[in-house]
Amino acid sequence: MTDRIEQRINSLNKRLNSEKRFRIYCIGAMSFALAWVLILFLNIFSSGYSAFYRTVIQVDVPFLNLIEDTTQFSEMSSEDINNLSMYSFSKKAIYGLFPDIEEKKDKKMLIRLFSIEFEQEIREFLKSNKSNINETETIYLTASDDVDQVNKGNYPRDLDEDKRRIKDIQLLFFDELVDRGLVSYEFNLPFLMRGDSREPELAGVGGSIVGSLFTILVVLILSFPIGIFAAIYLEEFAPKNRVTDFIEININNLAAVPSIVFGLLGLGIILNTFGLPRSTPLVGGIVLSLMTLPTIIIATRASLRAVPPSIREGALAVGATKMQAVMHHVVPVAMPGALTGTIIGLAQALGETAPLLLIGMVAFVVDVPQTPLDASASLPVQVYLWSESAERGYVEKTSATIMMLLGFLILMNLAAVLIRRKFETKW
Amino acid sequence: MKSIKIKADNLNVYYGEKQALFDVSMYMEEKQVTALIGPSGCGKSTFIRCLNRMNDVIDICKVQGKIEIDGNDIYAPDMQVEQLRERVGMVFQKPNPFPKSIFENVAYGPRIHGIAEHKSDLEEIVVTSLKKAALFDEVKDRLSDSGTSLSGGQQQRLCIARAISVNPDIILMDEPCSALDPIATARIEELMGDLKTEYTIIIVTHSMQQAARVSSRTGFFHLGKLVEVDKTEAIFSNPSDQRTQDYITGRFG
Repeated sequence: MTDRIEQRINSLNKRLNSEKRFRIYCIGAMSFALAWVLILFLNIFSSGYSAFYRTVIQVDVPFLNLIEDTTQFSEMSSEDINNLSMYSFSKKAIYGLFPDIEEKKDKKMLIRLFSIEFEQEIREFLKSNKSNINETETIYLTASDDVDQVNKGNYPRDLDEDKRRIKDIQLLFFDELVDRGLVSYEFNLPFLMRGDSREPELAGVGGSIVGSLFTILVVLILSFPIGIFAAIYLEEFAPKNRVTDFIEININNLAAVPSIVFGLLGLGIILNTFGLPRSTPLVGGIVLSLMTLPTIIIATRASLRAVPPSIREGALAVGATKMQAVMHHVVPVAMPGALTGTIIGLAQALGETAPLLLIGMVAFVVDVPQTPLDASASLPVQVYLWSESAERGYVEKTSATIMMLLGFLILMNLAAVLIRRKFETKW
Repeated sequence: MKSIKIKADNLNVYYGEKQALFDVSMYMEEKQVTALIGPSGCGKSTFIRCLNRMNDVIDICKVQGKIEIDGNDIYAPDMQVEQLRERVGMVFQKPNPFPKSIFENVAYGPRIHGIAEHKSDLEEIVVTSLKKAALFDEVKDRLSDSGTSLSGGQQQRLCIARAISVNPDIILMDEPCSALDPIATARIEELMGDLKTEYTIIIVTHSMQQAARVSSRTGFFHLGKLVEVDKTEAIFSNPSDQRTQDYITGRFG
């Protein structure tokens, strides 16, 4: 008798131990996955956050050298200001930082501390403040990428000069400017507003954000109604026969097709046959819609199927037509699930790169697109483009773009969760 | 002799290859409760679902034979099934209120059929239907609450109110009390007694006591065949078929 009890206790202990081990495995697996996510985020964040700041250098610009009376600016139109020849004037303003420099080579080095668009920046300042320009104005000019990186500590100063992009004399100038308190940091608003550029300090994600938003908008407009209607038809109205089975299998297969194949389709049919404009969010959206449709259809069908059949019967039994039963009772209950599926599909589309490469959205686009018919880049393609560039400035910008992309994805997934929570039918 | 409301003639029903009903012929009297009893899978639910053509939604279901309501063949090609279901309401085994407000649950039928012209008419229909279903007093202060927030018995009465909101002649009840506790069951049975003054009621039930309490005629189904149909007292006191005898005495079922 006692033997039996002992045996039972042993066996129970064994089972409890194996349960403990099982829990440890599970927690281990979860921690491992979580650790990688954390490493990813830390890595991207640590190399990307600095892109949201930029280095500017104060320069005193003596506008009196350009014109005899600065009040005359207020009478000039933007056109007139654009026509003013300001290049050598702007250069002289910068030379004013170090009036002692004589040699042409050193002057050139000084100019190179600034971004290539210094003249344009002074012109823009003039345009937006033309009514009250003083004789001398202090303007914050964008520093060149090299200076920016040195200032952020991303650039090694202790390399030999011939291995460095920034020369000794430039470092000398820079340190002097820092000592004089003329170098400062500010929030990098242009990064969020501008399009791409060959100069890292001037390149921005604005163009690709707008491009991505246009693309997603096209995807939403196309794939949401088509996906929902297709799912409702297949789930509620289609007869169950071989044809619908075949369609169902193909939709499921479509969801697994590599995205680059959709890009080839877009290139072959949408661009070459239909002749829609290359590199545009419209075409990108059409291609990504093809990719998103199966996701939306599958998610919507699943949530339609989850609606208890008794609801349909209840509606039919009071004399509703099939369509009324579906549209009044089944679809509203299934809608949160369908919306969640749609948002997940959109999030997928937002992060998709490969098909966009094939339809030309990989183009170098300086202007922020105004309509879905303008050539544009998108966030993931921007990541791809910048990750290939050699300049230091693009490294942090690549990470910063990934941060923006992840931010949008997190927001969309959050929206999916919130919609589900808020509108889910409670039985 | 009461007038005959529904008449089924040699009804055969198939689910694909499988035959579920064999040559069922019976009639049901107007403004009476007719009970259908029998063991699980005997075809009584299949039969009742033929009366408002609910079986139409099942693709593989095929119906042969004839069912007449007031002398009209409901399987005739020109019969509109929506119109039929307006006249033949149904209450299901599991309470299935729509996940909408109590008011909307009852107002839905009149609204889709265009019965109420004004909002006040609709409100009146809702109130009358809820009163007839003996639910109004319990929910009058919370008509905008969700129908699914009610208790099981209340939900089932809400479904009855929904069924009578379109003013049918006939109410089909497919085991309406099987998911309810005895007190809720008693209320529904009491309600059926009131409703039969206005409506013809067909009830499928597993409980023989229930059939005995509420119905005037009872049909006994077994393995897809209608074994026997007669006055309820006759079925329970003096069945003519041995199988009926065995079933009501609890030998099988």
